Amino acid sequence: MDVSQVLEPPSTPPTAPAPGPRPYTEEDPATLAARYGLTVSGARPSLPAYVRQLWQRRHFITAFATAKLTAQYSQAKLGQVWQVLTPLLNAAVYYFIFGQLLGTSKGVPDYIPFLVTGVFVWTFTQSSVMAGTRAISGSLGLVRALHFPRAALPVSYCLQQLQQLLFSMCALVVILLAFGIPPALSWLLIVPALVLQFTFNTGLAMIMARIGAHTPDISQLMPFLLRTWMYMSGVMWSLSKLMKGQDHHGIAYQLLQANPAAIYIDLMRFALMDSFHASQLPPHVWALAAGWALLAGAGGFIYFWKAEETYGRG
Amino acid sequence: MADHTSNDLVPTVIADSVDIVYRVNGTGSGRGTATAALSRIVGGKKKAEKRAGVRKVHAVKNVSFTAYRGEAIGLIGTNGSGKSTLLKAVAGLLPVENGRIYTDGQPSLLGVNAALMNDLTGERNVRLGGLAMGMSPEQIRDRYDEIVDFSGINEKGDFITLPMRTYSSGMSARLRFSIAAAKDHDVLLIDEALATGDRSFQKRSEERIRELRKHAGTVFLVSHSNKSIRDTCDRVLWLERGELRMDGPTEEVLKQYEAFTGGSGAGAKAPAKRAA
Repeated sequence: MDVSQVLEPPSTPPTAPAPGPRPYTEEDPATLAARYGLTVSGARPSLPAYVRQLWQRRHFITAFATAKLTAQYSQAKLGQVWQVLTPLLNAAVYYFIFGQLLGTSKGVPDYIPFLVTGVFVWTFTQSSVMAGTRAISGSLGLVRALHFPRAALPVSYCLQQLQQLLFSMCALVVILLAFGIPPALSWLLIVPALVLQFTFNTGLAMIMARIGAHTPDISQLMPFLLRTWMYMSGVMWSLSKLMKGQDHHGIAYQLLQANPAAIYIDLMRFALMDSFHASQLPPHVWALAAGWALLAGAGGFIYFWKAEETYGRG
Repeated sequence: MADHTSNDLVPTVIADSVDIVYRVNGTGSGRGTATAALSRIVGGKKKAEKRAGVRKVHAVKNVSFTAYRGEAIGLIGTNGSGKSTLLKAVAGLLPVENGRIYTDGQPSLLGVNAALMNDLTGERNVRLGGLAMGMSPEQIRDRYDEIVDFSGINEKGDFITLPMRTYSSGMSARLRFSIAAAKDHDVLLIDEALATGDRSFQKRSEERIRELRKHAGTVFLVSHSNKSIRDTCDRVLWLERGELRMDGPTEEVLKQYEAFTGGSGAGAKAPAKRAA
């Protein structure tokens, strides 16, 4: 229908700050928009602008992560105690099955600290990836109501998992001390190891967030993929012991050696336990850890940004 | 934003023959849904959509308008006529199928519901909501008392330190509106915000909307209450079945609309579709 015919000047607008007569010259909307510097609504910003926007939202990212973490157990009677209790119970289950029933503990010194470190560090990656998968598809209400760089969501969810891990690390320190492992200077290596792992996790979470946003079905599939990955990462057993006497040039061997999850787990064990020797680490382990972090972090961020304008739609 | 004299007409939102289409998954009929899903994955997208029960809903059809700085524009129409959809597209939160929407800066939808968490205290939600809208921690600190006072949450005791899940629905609606209205916007989009809370709160929120309008370049207001449209808007867009049926001064359009819906008071009593 013809719209322009009713586009007449308003007869004495009551309170508006004097919008004069409307121009009758039918100007092309695109040129009119260009003349006044209007931009297309909902267009994707450039990569540097995107990074800047994300940085401006840093307070929201941290506040959202902390809020999610506190809201998690706010209805429970024990409240925030569950932050520490949940990972401990998790470790206890694995200890019962793998340490006692299957006997994977044989030949691994300090098996309980070994196992608990593995479980905690693995859980960090696992839950970051799972949270990333649902970061957009599970927050559609937020995405459809407010404007912010969408990468804030996966980053925030990973930050929540990092906070969760720090709680677990407190429990871990208690376990280590209980098993007579003294604090050492090498414990400081936790910091770079965690920074690298966090970067890796966040990158992976952003990749999964984009996939999960367009194909929500993927979140049904992820638990199986993640479980397979877990068994290949030496969470409950020593990979170096498992691979003893294997062909060092075989593809399977090389792949297991380069597995990022295994690298981050072993780095943490190396940092914390004096019975875990450098010889058990794959060669160039720090380079590998940094490489994975850089690859996943930068790659994931760009991959996520490429679809920025499509999130929360359709 | 560039400086312009007050009698200069500065467009803030331009919609150029906008079409908006929703695609809804999982409405497969007749054929087994599992096979339908499979064919959706295997087959070509267009063809598969037809076969696999992806229904297309044409929510907005060929709508064009230009909004200028200083205008308050009401969006009216019967339920399901595409008002909220159009608003979301202007905010850049929904894609347009055809056409373009140009905006001055970033229009923002008045509403922070989704960012708030029921398990957190009102206090923390004020901060979280403010941050989600893009306010800085300092701005929130400055406005905090104002927000809480405006919401009136603390009128009946110290409720702001209780989790939001303990609030009555009216109380949380008031807090949500207060948080949402705390920020100044260039282009402000309001969707049914005025119908929350009790009478005194409604009065206060209408006042606040007028105030926001002074700061904002342009205000869009979706409402089923013809009264609040009359009180706040000087121009009205009437959408019906996704088409722009009329665009003009408030009185003119409302007269036609009231004749169309039959009775002037009918709209005012319509229940609110959504809280602030």
